[in-house]
Amino acid sequence: MLTIENLHAKVEGKQILNGIDLDVKAGEVHAIMGPNGSGKSTLSSVIAGHQDYEVIQGTMLMEGQELSDLSPEERAHKGIFLSFQYPIEIPGVSVTNFIKTAINASRKAKGLEDMPANIMLKKIREKSALLEIDSRFLSRSLNEGFSGGEKKRNEIFQMAMLEPKLSILDETDSGLDIDALKVVANGVNKLRSKDNAVIVITHYQRLLEYIVPDFVHVLWEGKIVKSGTKDLAIELEEKGYDWIKEMA
Amino acid sequence: MAYTEEELKKELENKEYEYGFYTDIDSDTFPVGLNEEVVRRISQKKNEPDWMTQWRLKAFEAWKNMEEPDWANVQYKKPDYQAISYYSAPKKKDQYKSLDEVDPELLKTFEKLGISLDEQKSLTGVAVDIVMDSVSVATTFKKTLAEKGIIFCSISEAIQEHSELVRKYLGTIIPIKDNYFAALNSAVFSDGSFCYIPKGVRCPMELSTYFRINQAGTGQFERTLVIADESSYVSYLEGCTAPSRDENQLHAAVVELIALDNAEIKYSTVQNWFPGDKNGKGGVYNFVTKRGICHNNSKISWTQVETGSAVTWKYPSCILKGNHSIGEFYSIALTNNHQQADTGTKMIHIGENTKSTIISKGISAGQSQNSYRGLVQVHPKATNARNFSQCDSLLMGNHCGAHTFPYIEVKNKTAQIEHEATTSKIGEDQIFYCNQRGIDSEKAIALVVNGFSKEVLNKLPMEFAVEAQKLLEISLEGSVG
Repeated sequence: MLTIENLHAKVEGKQILNGIDLDVKAGEVHAIMGPNGSGKSTLSSVIAGHQDYEVIQGTMLMEGQELSDLSPEERAHKGIFLSFQYPIEIPGVSVTNFIKTAINASRKAKGLEDMPANIMLKKIREKSALLEIDSRFLSRSLNEGFSGGEKKRNEIFQMAMLEPKLSILDETDSGLDIDALKVVANGVNKLRSKDNAVIVITHYQRLLEYIVPDFVHVLWEGKIVKSGTKDLAIELEEKGYDWIKEMA
Repeated sequence: MAYTEEELKKELENKEYEYGFYTDIDSDTFPVGLNEEVVRRISQKKNEPDWMTQWRLKAFEAWKNMEEPDWANVQYKKPDYQAISYYSAPKKKDQYKSLDEVDPELLKTFEKLGISLDEQKSLTGVAVDIVMDSVSVATTFKKTLAEKGIIFCSISEAIQEHSELVRKYLGTIIPIKDNYFAALNSAVFSDGSFCYIPKGVRCPMELSTYFRINQAGTGQFERTLVIADESSYVSYLEGCTAPSRDENQLHAAVVELIALDNAEIKYSTVQNWFPGDKNGKGGVYNFVTKRGICHNNSKISWTQVETGSAVTWKYPSCILKGNHSIGEFYSIALTNNHQQADTGTKMIHIGENTKSTIISKGISAGQSQNSYRGLVQVHPKATNARNFSQCDSLLMGNHCGAHTFPYIEVKNKTAQIEHEATTSKIGEDQIFYCNQRGIDSEKAIALVVNGFSKEVLNKLPMEFAVEAQKLLEISLEGSVG
């Protein structure tokens, strides 16, 4: 689904990614771990197409198409979803209105009519139930005054609504208490299928107890220095990152 | 209530036959220039009683000795008032037996304005009085209104048919010498709307007027007078559109509202006059005086969505004369490219326990300048007056300006005045967040702007809110840089 080869990227003149190789297939869950400043969030921003990040070298193919040629919204239309580490507030725009606009924008890009209101409503009910979201929450301004847990839950709700092919969860566990973490992880698990893939970016192993990855990669100084199965995550939890740094 | 198309047609036909085109075909548009003779001719054209002619002449005399104001935060080349034609009426060809015979161009214009018969049908509950180049061409739903004793007609007709009401109230809220543009309007106003709601009557539908400047080089000077008698209620909508014109066109309207004891008037405006092109060429000068008076326990609520005009100078105000009266002002002013807006309100607290609320949302893009100017005045006898003002500005890009000029004059110690203001910029992070969800930047901006304006949009009647939302979107097209 997503094949990244020798990816180099910089932000504000500073090179952060130094040759990333990553191959994500449909049905897989990949975890990307690493200490602060190793380039985890940069990788997610580069895949999503944030304008501040510049690809200097390498390729990112999504189902055979080079992502660098596409605008952020075109990447979204192709089925890439990024759950933001710090979701953005849009005052006065309700969660429902926002998701409706997003869904219809993607449909329009595919030449489809707007989703009929009754189907939209049904879907909203179904997905909000999945994530244990109160209906009052849906009429609130997007992320405005949301607690950390509400923001993350809202991200996963949007993911559930948009049904992306590739979801990147950027530090979704940060700021979540254990109950919220379980709800979010449970939601993600229910959305997993053989047709979609998930990249979980995290600092800690905790989230991976609930979203069990097929592969774990360790990022250090803008490169994947070690890959393995979920056991690698456990090893990291026990030993910390220092042995990886030494190894690199 | 539902009108059949047949009934509507009939109404339109009757209206046109009765009042529509009484002008001489050859002299539909006056030559340019303004003098006493022109004022007399306008009055004569409209077959006005002598008191009205004298009133106009008095206004003209006053105007001659007045100076065009220059205190507003706008810069423009002052119009040459002698280069404007002060009267123009649509041409009439033949009398119509049915709607099919109506000038298709005229019908097309209506359609463009979104008031085709089909739409009117679907928008049951909205009565429309159309002012096209100064002369009211059609009034619908009049019959239903008449049953309740509601008068809704052109001001010209009101001067003929309801002379005593017009004479009693015209110019009482905005005297002819009030300001330069009001004086000009008083002298030369060509048409406008008149509305009277009798005692205890709740107007069952939204009353709506569409204004449009059609002919090149003509100014538009509408005059609107709304009187809500004791314990009555009316919601009045005013929409404006003007087609593209290269020259600047002058628009100097006057609106007076009278809310007698326990009455309520809700006055909503969506203004989309031609804003000029990207380089600031052309566009309408919108110099408008709007003011209402509230008697005891009454309420006036102004809601405006201003997206058009090259230059806007407009301060819908409330004189809270009666005890326990309420004034409200909800405004969205959007400026793009080279547009300039200086708009706000005046809340004059005279009576006891009077309350006012001001919510102003300014959106600036391009190289535009957007100013809020407001006065909250509490008179010595206005015990327990309360005001809450909130002025929010949203900026897009680095070349536009947002300015706030709040004036507060308090002469009574019991007054409670609150003023809040915020300025924000549409963030790149907001745009990226939307982009990542598949929403392109233009739509993203529209979303942020609509969210920002929501408090005010919510005050508009439903169908107008949708229209206004679209308008905000259209007005910002191409502002993504």
